[in-house]
Amino acid sequence: MLSYAVRRLLGAIPTLLVILTIAFFMIRLAPGGPFDDERTLPAEIEANMKAAYNLDQPLPVQYLRYLGGVLRGDFGPSFKYRDFTVNQLIWGGFPVSLRIGGIAIALAAVVGTTLGALAALRQNSGLDHGVMALAMTGITIPNFVVAPLLTLVLGVHLGLLPVGGYGDGSWRNLLLPVVALALPQIAYIARLTRASMIETLRSNFVRTARAKGLPEGTMLRRHALKGALLPVVSYLGPATAGIITGSVVIEQIFGIPGIGRYFVQGALNRDYTLVMGVVVFYGALIILFNLLVDLLYGALDPRVRYD
Amino acid sequence: MPTDLSATHPNQPVPPIAPLPAPPRPVRGRSLWADAWRRLLRNRAAVAGATILVLMALACVAGPMLIPYALDDIFWDAIQAPPSLEAGHPFGTDANGRDLLVRTLHGGRVSLMVGLVATLVSLVIGVSYGAIAGYAGGRVDSVMMRVVDILYSLPFMFFVILLMVFFGRNILLIFVAIGAVEWLDMARIVRGQTLSIKRKEFIEAARAGGVHGFAIVRRHVIPNALGPVVVYMTLTVPKVILLESFLSFLGLGVQEPMTSWGVLISEGAANMEAAWWMLVFPAGFLAVALFSLNFIGDGVRDALDPRDR
Repeated sequence: MLSYAVRRLLGAIPTLLVILTIAFFMIRLAPGGPFDDERTLPAEIEANMKAAYNLDQPLPVQYLRYLGGVLRGDFGPSFKYRDFTVNQLIWGGFPVSLRIGGIAIALAAVVGTTLGALAALRQNSGLDHGVMALAMTGITIPNFVVAPLLTLVLGVHLGLLPVGGYGDGSWRNLLLPVVALALPQIAYIARLTRASMIETLRSNFVRTARAKGLPEGTMLRRHALKGALLPVVSYLGPATAGIITGSVVIEQIFGIPGIGRYFVQGALNRDYTLVMGVVVFYGALIILFNLLVDLLYGALDPRVRYD
Repeated sequence: MPTDLSATHPNQPVPPIAPLPAPPRPVRGRSLWADAWRRLLRNRAAVAGATILVLMALACVAGPMLIPYALDDIFWDAIQAPPSLEAGHPFGTDANGRDLLVRTLHGGRVSLMVGLVATLVSLVIGVSYGAIAGYAGGRVDSVMMRVVDILYSLPFMFFVILLMVFFGRNILLIFVAIGAVEWLDMARIVRGQTLSIKRKEFIEAARAGGVHGFAIVRRHVIPNALGPVVVYMTLTVPKVILLESFLSFLGLGVQEPMTSWGVLISEGAANMEAAWWMLVFPAGFLAVALFSLNFIGDGVRDALDPRDR
């Protein structure tokens, strides 16, 4: 298993390299630059600034320089947030993003599997139909619609929760963004759990467990749930990617000082290094999480062999 | 039989054999598609979804022609006016005093069109890529699929956003960008289908008849792989519409005065404390359209693939 993990980590390097290369050249070949402003700078000053950031060198040289920096863990200075390096910006925003995203994933996993399992146990009951309708809604209505609507009702009209902002990070500030992020994933996980639970409950080992007289609750806990949750575990990879992408919008809507908002702002500002930093950082994070999920899957399912 | 009868009733004449019943009408074979169509029509959610969607599409296409305002007409005396039938703005007006009904319908045109066209783009790329990879097999196949694997692991949303930011907001690019993201699954599905189809006798016959490789793929392989493709396509349309509104919401979609549901929702979200109607109507249209499309998609899947019901 260790050698498998190492091999997967090594396999991630070319993927990261592809991500970095595509992003780099896409950004650099596009029209516009970080020093385009309403006020045009005198030519000498602009040349000096470009030289200061090595933007005056040929593109391949810049690329290799950047690559060398990233290998040493240095994403370079930000072009727009003048006194900050990209590393500082990313590490400054990451705890906030991690907190919101982490709670959202945990919430999605717990609530989604619970709802899905309950629906499967009471198949075709009112509860089942209710959960499935809820799941359909969660899948259909995007979180950038849910978020403003929740804010409108709970924040503006009822005044129960703050409309936006992170404040000191209390649960009142976190609740709406977390729910908005988690809702689509809850919906997917509930659907997945229900489908695989229904299948598991019809399988032979469940019949055997019942036949040998195991109480229904023990049977569920010890046998059925474990089998039924396997597809959910493998969905956690895409779910993380979804939550990371969603955070780009949700952080913007709620004014959360995480990494997501840097991405769009940075792209609009032509803040090359910041955008690159976010892309590479999140790309690495998604790859890493996918690896963890695969290892977890192998630990849960003894049929999986690493070879 | 007649011998039996004469044995039990030796003195009686053999009764005349009853005339054969009229031969039944020849059984009309039902094709896969006819079968699927019948199942689809029995699915009430799918039929309701389709009806609503058609009505909505008609409203989006015809509505702006029937309403006497253009999408960028400004009503200076009715800026951010609440919905009112008497004032002639059943959905109200936006922050620039433009009629929201017209804008919502126009936005619907864009959103629905993006959904269709971008899905077609992904369909064309994905089907041809997958069919070629599957049919060619061997090293070509493994290289082509390896490329798909790598593309899969990229954080695509980020690239689409970069593309939109750096190369300007134009609607053609939206089609290409979204189509370029969505073709991967399609390619995998079609490749899998092709791998099994190419072992069939009719392919062998075509090859023996001297048909060229590409012609075989086009005339024989692709038509037979179409079932799962259609299922996946109907489920792609709502995904694409969602993606477009996501981009528009970030301010990266179509440009003013053109609009789409995502743009309107984003404006509505910014103004919702003062003008709820700016958020509620476009969001409602988007939600209803997505619901309908998802119901149709589920219906088509159940109809063409009755196994997992």
